[in-house]
Amino acid sequence: MATEFHNLQDMQHTASLVTKVFIQRDYSEGTVCRFQTKFPAELDNRIERALLEQTVKTLNSYYVEAEKVGGQSYLEGCLACATAYIVFLCMETRYEKVLKKISGYIQEQNEKIYAPRGLLLTDPIERGMRVLEISVFEDRGSSGSSPSSSMSSCSTAR
Amino acid sequence: MITRKVRKWEKLPGKNTFCCDGRVMMARQKGIFYLTLFLIIGTCSLFFAFECPYLAVHLSPAIPVFAVLLFLFVMAMLLRTSFSDPGVLPRALPEEANFIEMEIEAANGNVPSGQRAPPRIRNVQINNQIVKLKYCYTCKIFRPPRASHCSICDNCVDRFDHHCPWVGNCVGKRNYRYFYLFTLTLSLLTIYIFAFNIVHVVMRSVDQGFLNTLKETPGELTVLEVLVCFFTLWSMVGLTGFHTYLISLNQTTNEDIKGSWSGKNRGQNPYSHKNIIKNCCEVLCGPTYPSVLDRRGLMQEDSPAAANSEGPCSFDNPVAQTTKTTAPLIPNEHTPDDVKLSIAAEKSSGPKDDQPPAAMLPPLASPETDAETSI
Repeated sequence: MATEFHNLQDMQHTASLVTKVFIQRDYSEGTVCRFQTKFPAELDNRIERALLEQTVKTLNSYYVEAEKVGGQSYLEGCLACATAYIVFLCMETRYEKVLKKISGYIQEQNEKIYAPRGLLLTDPIERGMRVLEISVFEDRGSSGSSPSSSMSSCSTAR
Repeated sequence: MITRKVRKWEKLPGKNTFCCDGRVMMARQKGIFYLTLFLIIGTCSLFFAFECPYLAVHLSPAIPVFAVLLFLFVMAMLLRTSFSDPGVLPRALPEEANFIEMEIEAANGNVPSGQRAPPRIRNVQINNQIVKLKYCYTCKIFRPPRASHCSICDNCVDRFDHHCPWVGNCVGKRNYRYFYLFTLTLSLLTIYIFAFNIVHVVMRSVDQGFLNTLKETPGELTVLEVLVCFFTLWSMVGLTGFHTYLISLNQTTNEDIKGSWSGKNRGQNPYSHKNIIKNCCEVLCGPTYPSVLDRRGLMQEDSPAAANSEGPCSFDNPVAQTTKTTAPLIPNEHTPDDVKLSIAAEKSSGPKDDQPPAAMLPPLASPETDAETSI
């Protein structure tokens, strides 16, 4: 089932969306941001379990780092409070820095792993940190001529 | 085809008002917020104009200086609470909403017609405590733990505390610490002004007698300020004390009102660290959560006439569809034709729609109830 996507742009412009799979939040450890590592059945023949699991685990570790309540967050909080939070107008918070890292990581994963398999991850922040959305594009290697899926809605990743 | 770039805040559902091109986000009713501003600025202006010169000369210049700093801090906290996103959860886009609907239908199986569908609840276990996540019919999501739907703002808010008309906004995860600091510093400011007004009256009375002090201009205004401060003081100190209590237990006002973790459930709050210091640190010095509503992002907007003729690709930005999510399965004039066809096909096989469940369910389980909690 070799697919012929060379890059993200190629896939977005030429492929049609088949379905979207949503990986839900895992609330077993409280309200901390964490996604379930359970493998969705719809992706069984599209990607190896280990790869997706690794991606989700890395994302979870990034969120743990962002939401850690420790020395650095206390310092940031106290300093900001002392300046009536005006310092946040010029300074980037730790959470925002980690979010940038996450965005870069997802972009890299899409380019290296997911796009060649006809999949696309959407950064959870664009879905309210509720779900990790995986868009499944048509598998051009195995399907017939014209893209004809039942879900006719088009979608862009960005 | 006429497309224009709009900021995403212009298309956000919910009953918020936005200012400064999306930088400021508040509730619709702002009257009481203006009253709050008027009371604080008015009282402080009178204090600075009439009492401070006398006190600076006769006691110490540090008094007005400290009052100014305190006043500026109070205003900063008030504006931060009022203008920031409290932690609004964006509504589910159609694909996500459909995915959840399918999961619910799969879980419930076939409900015979005429029977009420079971309530949409998901159970999760947090720290050995079963927490029920309720489904929000407006936002089409299962609310995360501690989130609640504010009926005034028509949004689900994460770690929803309450909707405060005095600040003209909801108080939630992102602005709770500013709200708490506002109540705390306003209490201090009120006590400060109250105390120094008393001192002012006493000192003037020593000079010229009590009755003469009241008759002259500064004296009357001092009495007015004392009255305002007296009534404000009791409510603000009480409110600060209440929220200090909540923070030490890591509870929200919503949970306290609903009695989620009191009575027979006492001591079972799964979010509490069972340590007052740790709870306070988490709430007040925790990470600063970013807003997940991209208010100032740009998106394409197509005019309605173009949407029907263009077909599927007219909604070329998923966020554009958020305005449709209040009734995703009901076609309207903005729905592309082919989606209408697929909806018609679905309807003929008898799926659930938003309106029938609301009519079938008794009022307690209806979608729009005030400030539902996740418990």
